[in-house]
Amino acid sequence: MEYTASELLIINAARLLKDGDTVFVGVGSPNLACNLAMRTHAPSLLMIYEAGVVGSRPSRLPLSIGDPTLVSGAAAVTSMYEIFSLYLQRGNVDVAFLGGAQIDRYGNINATVIGSDYQHPKVRMPGSGGSMEIAGWANRCYVMTPHQKRRFPEKCDFITSAGFLGGRQQRLATGARGGGTQCVVTDLGLLEPDENGELVLTALHTGSTLEQARENTGWPLRSAPDLKHTDPPTERELRILREELDPQGTYR
Amino acid sequence: MTKLTTLQDAVARYVKDGDTVYAAGFTHMIPFAAGHEIIRQGRKDLTLARATPDLIYEMMVAAGCARKLIFSYVGNPGVGSLRIIREQLENGSLEWEEYSHFSMICRLQAGATGLPFMPMNQTAATDLEKANPQYRRVKDPYTGVEVVVVPPLKPDVAIVHVQRCDAEGNAQIWGIIGEQKEAAFAAEHVILTTEEIVDESVIRSDPNRTVIPAFIVDAVCHVPYASHPSYTQGYYDRDNAFYLEWDRITEDPARVKAYLDEWVYGVKDREAYWQKLPAETRERLQVKQRLAAPVDYGEY
Repeated sequence: MEYTASELLIINAARLLKDGDTVFVGVGSPNLACNLAMRTHAPSLLMIYEAGVVGSRPSRLPLSIGDPTLVSGAAAVTSMYEIFSLYLQRGNVDVAFLGGAQIDRYGNINATVIGSDYQHPKVRMPGSGGSMEIAGWANRCYVMTPHQKRRFPEKCDFITSAGFLGGRQQRLATGARGGGTQCVVTDLGLLEPDENGELVLTALHTGSTLEQARENTGWPLRSAPDLKHTDPPTERELRILREELDPQGTYR
Repeated sequence: MTKLTTLQDAVARYVKDGDTVYAAGFTHMIPFAAGHEIIRQGRKDLTLARATPDLIYEMMVAAGCARKLIFSYVGNPGVGSLRIIREQLENGSLEWEEYSHFSMICRLQAGATGLPFMPMNQTAATDLEKANPQYRRVKDPYTGVEVVVVPPLKPDVAIVHVQRCDAEGNAQIWGIIGEQKEAAFAAEHVILTTEEIVDESVIRSDPNRTVIPAFIVDAVCHVPYASHPSYTQGYYDRDNAFYLEWDRITEDPARVKAYLDEWVYGVKDREAYWQKLPAETRERLQVKQRLAAPVDYGEY
């Protein structure tokens, strides 16, 4: 079956979720990945949204993180202070999806400014939102992004959300409770941190090559000794995604 | 004592040039009607604080009301960037102070609870801490571990839209409750806009749902549909089409001016604004009923 690059991203991201995970969901592709996981291998996934909604059962695709469909039928609604403190800071969130304009060699994420001068940015982006705390405190963080050189610099211009800083020990020294960036899902494959926190290529999707991945990465990308191949999207995954979750094809 | 007044009077009395304003609501119940009234009254040099400035602050910035922005996510949710604010941040014509969501909300929490600062655990990301001197660190006196702290945010005025309240200002909200309560308790003055004014007995039938008590409220304004193009849970839907449309409008300064002329300066109040919206828009935003099961407080 044919599929698009974004369908490949969403399906591989969904497979990273475990049944019973508590997941901090973002809008867009991560929302589709979580809903797909819930309808396939992870029926007891608990979806939490930073707007303060716990256990959402959205009946339509929400455009924003605070859509009313997230509330109707949810298990609980909390204030923002509570969602970030009782849930996230306390350590009750297993997984979160993050995004940004840059992801660097150590899984750090930039969603704030492009350019070296924060006060006079070349490009001003939206900024942290909840992602600074999410990256610090969730047990596992995943990133979904197209695999392009400009998105994968050696070093981020600004670290909005921490991966492993300059290496795993640096992150550990801060005492931040979360496990950091555990996987970056791209349209070419999967990148995961090695023992030092450096992202290495651990799997390729069908049809993509190590050379392609290297050409599109801003640091000398290493591949894992046991480089794997991901299973192609199944008919069932594609059908649920297309017919049930995104019938308008917004994220195709 | 009734605090019922018009939104025009409430803004005239409680929003002054140079004030720090917090228009509350995380995506939900953003008080657009009040934002438009502030623009119509020509307020200047405001410090606009909100976790997500959203379209309401972008319109106020475009109309020249703002000197400074305090925020934690300066995007059009689910759509992209807030183009006008982004340009002004890039060219330095607007001052700003930036936080993460949690640190922004911690500032309000400190303001609302009368504490000198609010501690947070470290997140390992320190670039924002370096860029914004309002972030400090202190040692936990019990363990010696460093925590990040932020100072209280105490707006001159908080504006909160609610589903229902009584004439005194006992206000009940449901759906996403974001930071409305904290903003109201942190502020010197509180303006409420409300979908419905109900009798005190309705409020007292369900006291757990009261988020803002009357004694901290200064003005109660009955303004149905006050949060469009944001939404009010159970009353009308979010106008996602307009959030997408705004992205196109802001491509061209002339279209922004035309929008403000027609939809803000060109209407007297929210009633006129709502009636001016096309019938099919108002139709599209209607929501079907989904009632909660009643609870029994018991007769004691």
